[in-house]
Parts: sequence; C-alpha cells; structure tokens
Amino acid sequence: MQSQTSQSSPVVDTERVFHVQNTDYYYGSNLAVRGVNLEIPGNKITAFIGPSGCGKSTALRCFNRLNDLIPSAHIKGRITYRGVDIYDKQVDPIELRRRIGMVFQKPNPFPKSIYDNIAFGARINGYQGDMDELIERSLKASALWDEVKDKLQNSGLSISGGQQQRLCIARAIAIEPEVILMDEPCSALDPISTLKIEELMHELKENYTIIIVTHNMQQASRVSDKTAFFNAEATEKGGKVGYLVEYDDTQKIFSDPQQEQTRDYVSGRFG
Amino acid sequence: MTVNSEQSPQLQETKANFNPNLKGRYRFDRVFKTISWIATFAGIVVLTVLLIGILVSGLSSLSFDFIVNPPSRKPEIAGIWPPLIGTICLLVITALFAFPVGVGSGIFLEEFSEDNLFAKAVEINISNLAAVPSIIYGLLGLFVFARIFEPVTGGRSLLSGGLTLALLILPVIIVATREALRAVPDSLRLAGMALGATRWQTVRSHVLPQALPGIMTGTILALSRAIGETAPLIVVGAATFVPFAPELSIKGLQSSFTAMPIQIFSWVSRPQDGFHEIAAGAIIVLMLVLLVMNGSAIWLRNKFQSNR
Repeated sequence: MQSQTSQSSPVVDTERVFHVQNTDYYYGSNLAVRGVNLEIPGNKITAFIGPSGCGKSTALRCFNRLNDLIPSAHIKGRITYRGVDIYDKQVDPIELRRRIGMVFQKPNPFPKSIYDNIAFGARINGYQGDMDELIERSLKASALWDEVKDKLQNSGLSISGGQQQRLCIARAIAIEPEVILMDEPCSALDPISTLKIEELMHELKENYTIIIVTHNMQQASRVSDKTAFFNAEATEKGGKVGYLVEYDDTQKIFSDPQQEQTRDYVSGRFG
Repeated sequence: MTVNSEQSPQLQETKANFNPNLKGRYRFDRVFKTISWIATFAGIVVLTVLLIGILVSGLSSLSFDFIVNPPSRKPEIAGIWPPLIGTICLLVITALFAFPVGVGSGIFLEEFSEDNLFAKAVEINISNLAAVPSIIYGLLGLFVFARIFEPVTGGRSLLSGGLTLALLILPVIIVATREALRAVPDSLRLAGMALGATRWQTVRSHVLPQALPGIMTGTILALSRAIGETAPLIVVGAATFVPFAPELSIKGLQSSFTAMPIQIFSWVSRPQDGFHEIAAGAIIVLMLVLLVMNGSAIWLRNKFQSNR
C-alpha cells in the first residue's frame, strides 16, 4: 500500500480514477461513515447503494470536495484522484470541481435561458472556443438537442423535469470533466425520463467515469458495472454510522454477494 | 353491522374512533375569516378617513404655483418647491449611500462570513440598531456628519441629513438583504460551485439576481420610511424656512436644506388657518411622491421577476 501511494506520479491512471483509502467522514466530531476503502475504475459506472442515512451521498460529495461548503465536514484518510491526494493543500477545490462534475437529486437548472445554463460554466472557466458550437455539442451529448434546439433562449425552468435533469447533465459535461458524480439523479423523475437518463449514462461512460448514488436497486443493476453497498449501524451515542459492506462487480453483488447483509438488501428483505 | 337501508346523501360514519365535528370546524373557520376581515377593514377605514380629511382640506390649495413657489409668510402665495427638492435630494443621497453599503454587508454576512462569534455579535448589533429611535440617529448625525466631518459636509447640510437618514435605514436594508438571500434555495449555490465557480461568481450570477426583487422591496420600504422622518432631520439641523431649492452641485450638497415633513410640521404649528390648508396640500404632494416611489418599486420588481 505504501509503495503505491508514494509513486503519485501524474501519469494517467486509466484503470483507477479514484482511490479511497481507509477514509472516515466526519461532520464536526460525529463520525458519519467509517473506514471506506474503494477503487473507482475509469470509464465505468459505479453505483453506491444502501439504505437512507448510510452516508452514500456524503461519500459522493467528497470526491469533488463539495462537502467543503459545510463548515464542519471533514475527512480523515486519503482520497486520491489519478494519484493525487484531493485533500492536499496544493489542490484547489475550484479547479477540482471543473474536472469532476456533478448532477444533483432534484434538477436544479439556473433560472436563466437554456443557453446560459450551459454557457455559465464554460465562461467562468475561461472557455476559448466557439460557444454556440459547445452548447450544441453538450446538448447533443445529453440527448436534449432535438427537444430544445428551437428554444435555447427559453428559461431552463420552462422544460419538463426530465429535460431539466438532462440540461443539468449537459451543463456538467460542457466544461469537459473527467468524472460525473450523480446524486440520485432520477429520484424526482417519472419512469420514462428515468429510462432516458439511464440510456444517456450508457453513452456517457465511453468518455466519462460515472459514480451514481441511487436508492433504486433495479437502476443500479441496470446501469452500473460496479456496485458498492453501504449500510449503517447504530452507535452507542444513539447516532448512526455508515460503512462500506461490500464492493464488487454489479453482477456479482446482485447474483452472488459475499455478505449476508448484501444478500438481504438486494433481495429486498430490508432497506 | 347492518346495511343502512335509508338512502341518505350523507356519508355515514362507520367507525367510532373519529368524531369529525365538521360543524364546529366550519364555524371556527367562519369566525376566523370574520376576524381577519375586520382587521383588514379597520386599517382601510382609518386610511380612508385620513385620506378624505387631507383631500378635503388640502385639495383647494393644490396648484402648479403651489408646487413651484418658495415658502412665504403669506399662506396664499406660499409654495413647497425648496422642501420638495430637498426631500428628493435627501432620498437620492440616502439611497446612494445606504443601498451599496447595506446590500454589501448583507451579502457578506449571509454568503461569506463564517459562523463565528464576530458574525453573531454583528448580527445582534444590527438587529438592535434597527430598533434605535430615530432621534438618536439624529444626534449621531449631528455629532459625526455635521461636526466632525464639517469640512466635507458643510455642517448642517443636505449631505449631513442624507447620510444620517442612510444610517437610519441601513439596518433595515441589511436585514432585508439577508432575508432575501436566505430565501434563495441552496441548490443554486451548489449547482454553481459544482461547476467550478468561486463563491462570488455563484453569488453574482445566480443568487443575487434571485434575491434582487426582495432586496429592492426592502430598500424601497426603508426609503419610504426615510422620506417621512422628521426627528433626525430637526436634530441635524434642517431649517424651517429655506427660500431656494438646493443647487445641484457640490456646493448645493453642502448648503442648508429643508424637507417636506419639516415644512409640514412648521406650517401646522402656526396659528393661521391658511397655513393649515397648505400643510394639507403639502401632505398630498408628499403622499404622491411616496406613491410614485412605491409604484416604481413594484414596477422594477415585476420587471426583474419576469426576466427569470
């Protein structure tokens, strides 16, 4: 382990995008998730599943250091992104977040035009190319272009929920990230919109590494290549602490899990 | 349980665990509706009586000459041009200082400051300041702006008066700004930050435009309060008889001034009936100014809201 971490060369590590080593996640002095060890492979979809309150979202939000915005949140341990410790003082979270995009649970387009929704990220990050072309490319990549090409100046809030979520994906990929984090991206959508997003994810994984948190086990089994099952247990103080139970190929998790808890969860016996 | 053979249009209560008491609940509804209606009506009645009283006694003295004439010892030829311009100048000065400072502090406290002891102390102090009587602000303004900064403000001048009013409404604007910012959902901030925007970029592009209508409403309400303030201006030293409107220059800012509430106060306290009539006329003009201000505020707010 030590020999691996010391060779943190900038050489592109295609196999392993993220490496979480022995990481504890805290809110203030409260331990939220303990002892996570995880490797996220590149150009694959990794799903985080588990019951509510087991820390899936917390773990997800640490990959782009969005949890920094909560003053008390911090981690103990080491999370590397392509060999670089993302919590190192040298790493600028603003720069990190451009490389690691995020899509949220509820579609949250900016209350601006569809065009400006996508252009914002590009502008602030100093995009040099042709903006119109970027907008078209991003909307095509998120399978939204045909539906909105005639109304780019309409408000991002004027389209349906499923379209809004695809707009959020377009917005995220417009700044050319390498990873897209998705925090229950379909939980506020109807089944048809959900299906579209899932199809989209399949196309996106050619170019991006995707980590998705989902409550929907069918979704995890449909879209993901790897699945991490988190669970929570009560602490003596009356709180809850999450932990990673099992992490393996999705097929293995759903057909032949090694842990009794995982078996119970994926067969719907609890959670 | 036997089948009820009676074909009653009412839904039958089949279980004894609930006592819906619909009648009682509807009665309470009506009582509450009546109470709130009376409350609304009371306000409207008082306003209407005031308005009619003012209109009856003041409408006769309203004329073009009344607006553009300077005050005089004779009520027949007295006008309100200098206090009207004084009030408008005061408002502009007040807005120019209070808006940027108030909104700036609101943004800092809500979006940037960490939740530490200093921020809490500032917060408590601002809430306290909002409750300080306006005459205290007058004394502060007299001491700070009219005395210490006399070389800049020219003593008991328009500028001193405007700055004092700005201080007076600053806490209100800060509180309104914070409330408006707090009402913007966090999901917008997260969305901005997740795209690699800095905090200011997020606030500037997404949070502030959403909060702006609320900030504007708060600011206009605060300015409406400032327009009617008399006490602090008397302390700072507004004159009761100013024959000329202030010049629109630096020198004008440093000149002595008067404002409409002060002119009204001065006229009302005279014994002659003629002055009471033109005081009512001045009140109508003041109300019109207020109406125009609030109207433009609503217009501005709708304009920003429809831009979303």
